[in-house]
Amino acid sequence: MYLIPLSNAFLNILKKISMAKIKYIEFSGTEHEIDVSSGLTVMEGAIKNKIPGIDADCGGACACATCHVYVAKEWIEKLPPKEDSEEDMLDFAFDVKDNSRLSCQITVSDELDGLVVNMPEKQF
Amino acid sequence: MSETIKTDCLIIGAGPVGLFAVFELGILGLDSHVVDNLDKIGGQCAELYPDKPIYDIPALPECTGLSLIENLQKQIKPFNTPFHLNERIDEIINTGDLWKLKTTGNKVFETPNIFIAGGVGSFEPRKPPIENVSKYENKGIQYSIPDKNFYKDKKIIIFGGGDSALDWTVELSKIASHVTLVHRRDEFKAANHTVNLMKQLVKEGQVDLITKNQISDVKGSDRVEKAIIKDNEGNEKIIDCDEILIFYGLKMELGPINDWSLNLNEKQIEVNTENFETNLSGVFAMGDISYYPGKLKLILSGFHEAALAAQKAFIRARPDETLTFRYTTSSSDIQKKLGVK
Repeated sequence: MYLIPLSNAFLNILKKISMAKIKYIEFSGTEHEIDVSSGLTVMEGAIKNKIPGIDADCGGACACATCHVYVAKEWIEKLPPKEDSEEDMLDFAFDVKDNSRLSCQITVSDELDGLVVNMPEKQF
Repeated sequence: MSETIKTDCLIIGAGPVGLFAVFELGILGLDSHVVDNLDKIGGQCAELYPDKPIYDIPALPECTGLSLIENLQKQIKPFNTPFHLNERIDEIINTGDLWKLKTTGNKVFETPNIFIAGGVGSFEPRKPPIENVSKYENKGIQYSIPDKNFYKDKKIIIFGGGDSALDWTVELSKIASHVTLVHRRDEFKAANHTVNLMKQLVKEGQVDLITKNQISDVKGSDRVEKAIIKDNEGNEKIIDCDEILIFYGLKMELGPINDWSLNLNEKQIEVNTENFETNLSGVFAMGDISYYPGKLKLILSGFHEAALAAQKAFIRARPDETLTFRYTTSSSDIQKKLGVK
């Protein structure tokens, strides 16, 4: 009788503590390897851990392009594709490349464990 | 210089919190003036996300950035508050109990209270972080157009793919000797009509369109003479020009507030939570720009901060009067101020 509710509760706990290791590399080359909880965005993981190089002026509304990162090549295909609003917003980032993303639009999950992102010289 | 404007409170920032501060000051009988660097009222709500939905305004299950601003404007209408748009505070001087402020539009204010409700700062054009681009700013590189006739018979390069870039490409192609538009992709985030006009001009040979390229560097002597652009593979190309216009949107910067000797916490201003005054007496900060332990950057927090700051502002503006706390539901005095009685 208690099995189903218990297992649900257990799953929820698992969900809560589920983390992915994300490596943020500053323009200078300084690396920060951080455990980010699933459900947060890559931007939120940086802000929470006070990692320099991501400004996120608008707080994650995909409205400012100041959380621009370059995703390591091997990860590009593994991320959910960009929505139009993110592509539009990238017009306002500097030195946009094929692997450019806005980190507020990448939600962390188990699958992203090991993700590597490089920060640009300046969020402009 | 113009005549000094005396007011009970000078509010910096016409976003939701600045607007609600007008209301809270107004029902206490204090007048205010609002200064904002943007050309319109509404701050981030109007500039960044006019159409995006907001779900956490108390008693408003859903609204948009724009509708929130429109409602706040309705709410403060009875106070006929003057707005000074397209202006920024340039200078701030303490003269005893009063503050003297000068705007970029050369207006001078004298007031016992300054409310800084500036969001994440003032909106400034995004400038590519390239040394030569800074060097040639105002020497051939501009981020806005005060007088389009300046571009008559000039060879111009425009960077960007938004409304400003497209509008000016179409407009300046009528008077310039040549216009080149450079954008990083084939899609444009601008009104369809303007995009089609631009494409027509490209067909007619009046405008050169180069997509999948971005600014890489500029060169010149006294003034800028060439732009270097690069494609996605890093291949560079040089284009000759007389003038360069860069339209990469706006970014928020704390700007001159940095130099006001306010205690800062990163990009926010430290305040106390009793009345949201800063380390300078008579200078208050509220909304996203203020910082205190536990601070949440929510519009509703800014409303609360404005209400409490207004109480202290009253004491500073009317030192000889006593402030009695009253509710809008029952106070005939407040209702008179609101014009409902």
